[in-house]
Amino acid sequence: MQYFVQLLVTGLVLGSVYAMVALGFVLIYKSSSVINFAQGELVLIGAYMALWMTVSLHIPFLISFVLTLVFAVILGFAIERLFLRPMIGEPILSVIMLTIGLSAFLKGLVIILWGTETRVFPEIFSQEPVKLGFVRISQVYIWSLVLSIIFLVIFTLFFKYTDIGIAMRATADDQTAALSMGISVKRVFAMAWAVAAVVAAVGGILLGNINGINISVAQFGLRVFPVVILGGLDSVPGAIIGGFIIGIIENLASGYLDPYFGGGVREVASFVVLVIILMIKPYGLFGLERIERV
Amino acid sequence: MLVLNNIEVIYNQVILVLKGVSLEVPDGDIRALLGANGAGKTTTLKAISGLLKEEDGEVTDGSIEFNGERIDKKSAEEIVKLGIFQVMEGRRVFEHLTVEENLRAGAYTRKDKKNVKSDMEMVYSYFPRLRDLRNRVAGYLSGGEQQMLAIGRALMARPKLMLLDEPSLGLAPLLVKEIFEIIQKINKEEGVGILIVEQNAMAALNIASYGYIMENGRIVMDGPAEKLKENPDVKEFYLGLTEVGKKKSFREVKHYKRRKRWLT
Ligand SMILES: Nc1ncnc2c1ncn2[C@@H]1O[C@H](COP(=O)(O)OP(=O)(O)OP(=O)(O)O)[C@@H](O)[C@H]1O
Ligand SMILES: [Mg+2]
Repeated sequence: MQYFVQLLVTGLVLGSVYAMVALGFVLIYKSSSVINFAQGELVLIGAYMALWMTVSLHIPFLISFVLTLVFAVILGFAIERLFLRPMIGEPILSVIMLTIGLSAFLKGLVIILWGTETRVFPEIFSQEPVKLGFVRISQVYIWSLVLSIIFLVIFTLFFKYTDIGIAMRATADDQTAALSMGISVKRVFAMAWAVAAVVAAVGGILLGNINGINISVAQFGLRVFPVVILGGLDSVPGAIIGGFIIGIIENLASGYLDPYFGGGVREVASFVVLVIILMIKPYGLFGLERIERV
Repeated sequence: MLVLNNIEVIYNQVILVLKGVSLEVPDGDIRALLGANGAGKTTTLKAISGLLKEEDGEVTDGSIEFNGERIDKKSAEEIVKLGIFQVMEGRRVFEHLTVEENLRAGAYTRKDKKNVKSDMEMVYSYFPRLRDLRNRVAGYLSGGEQQMLAIGRALMARPKLMLLDEPSLGLAPLLVKEIFEIIQKINKEEGVGILIVEQNAMAALNIASYGYIMENGRIVMDGPAEKLKENPDVKEFYLGLTEVGKKKSFREVKHYKRRKRWLT
């Protein structure tokens, strides 16, 4: 039982990071129909940026955290402006190819700047476990969970209630109609990239605090695919809930089954669940149904 | 005042759709733009609102002026901010947003955000049904309710001029009557100028002071609404008051009566 709860909690933490990375992915897809293959590199860059500021520049963690978010906003805007905007109106396949190229480019950049070996954050959140009821959980997990939930709540409220949030959802629904409201669709795209970069950076920093980082963190971009497909490519709540579900399933499956299969269950489990769910709900758990009226 | 001066519109650099269209809409006036399918009515509205650019269309000749300012090179966003709002054909509400969120989207360009709440009340006073539906997802509203929402949403931008593209499309006659009465009321009470495109020519001419008839990318006739309603050719081809079996185009009619000067 204790083992189970332990797995559940670490699964939740992993899931919350998935949720954030998936949120960024869905945002970009929803507003501009672009599948962003560089999402994992945004995670990577966010993590390294914060690490670099904390370790090499000796900036207090909290400040480097905030500065990294600011940097992520700028990075998101820059990517949109430099790479995506010139592609507006081009075939969607070309745009997807572009994000694949972007992913290779950003990864290369990280290798040049920071090398490939694993680096760890100085201990910011204590690894010291605390006792919660009958289980002992390391504090860094609890902090990660709390932080990611705070971010998820902030962004959910942002989409629901702010003008730009409504504009983003409106654009996702009907781009031309949004344009006829005077909504700047370009600005919406830029916002989507900025938010995606921010949530990815937060995810990266949390991961870095838990496990340390190296170039393989970029794989998160691909591991988040089952999450978004499960949640429905165009659903923000779906991305969040899907993230938690996949995180927990991966952890439980690998915790219980790895001993029998000699490892590797984690990678397979989420796809198995994915296939089963898609057979029942083809648009994912929360995918927007096309509303059809005549 | 909106003035279109002999505009020409080309799609995809080759397809010439408007071949010299001139019309005007004085402040606070209702004017109708009528014509058969494919005449170029929607294209005319898009040329005004700037949405043409999204479809690779371009005003290649002539000019569009709003209150003395050239707007034919401006973006859709700038044009909304100048006070022209197009209600697109087919309603185009944001299906997954609630009624209230749709209204807020309409107010997106407003600088005076504090008045948004009271303007929502104004919209609900014109369309009381929307008030009851305000937390409902717009995609599930009936066609009539969606049309009300589309017009209400336009109102939220506090425009000086509204461009309505076939607001009667797909609505039952009784509802058409209701919506046209509200359009008229909005025009009177809010002083919004309206350029309305319609297949339902009678409904449009009943509320408009002046009408234009378009065919094949040209204005072929224009005049005060009352006179247009009396004109035998308009009656025959646009008001559906024709004897069955006659299938001449408006052009042909014009041809055999070519000596006659229209409406003078
Ligand atoms: N994006 C486009 N690209 C090329 N041609 C177009 C485009 N949009 C419209 N057209 C053409 O321009 C002509 C006028 O179209 P428009 O939509 O303005 O007509 P309309 O008068 O609004 O017709 P309806 O009453 O059917 O709505 C049509 O022949 C149409 O095929
Ligand atoms: Mg049309």
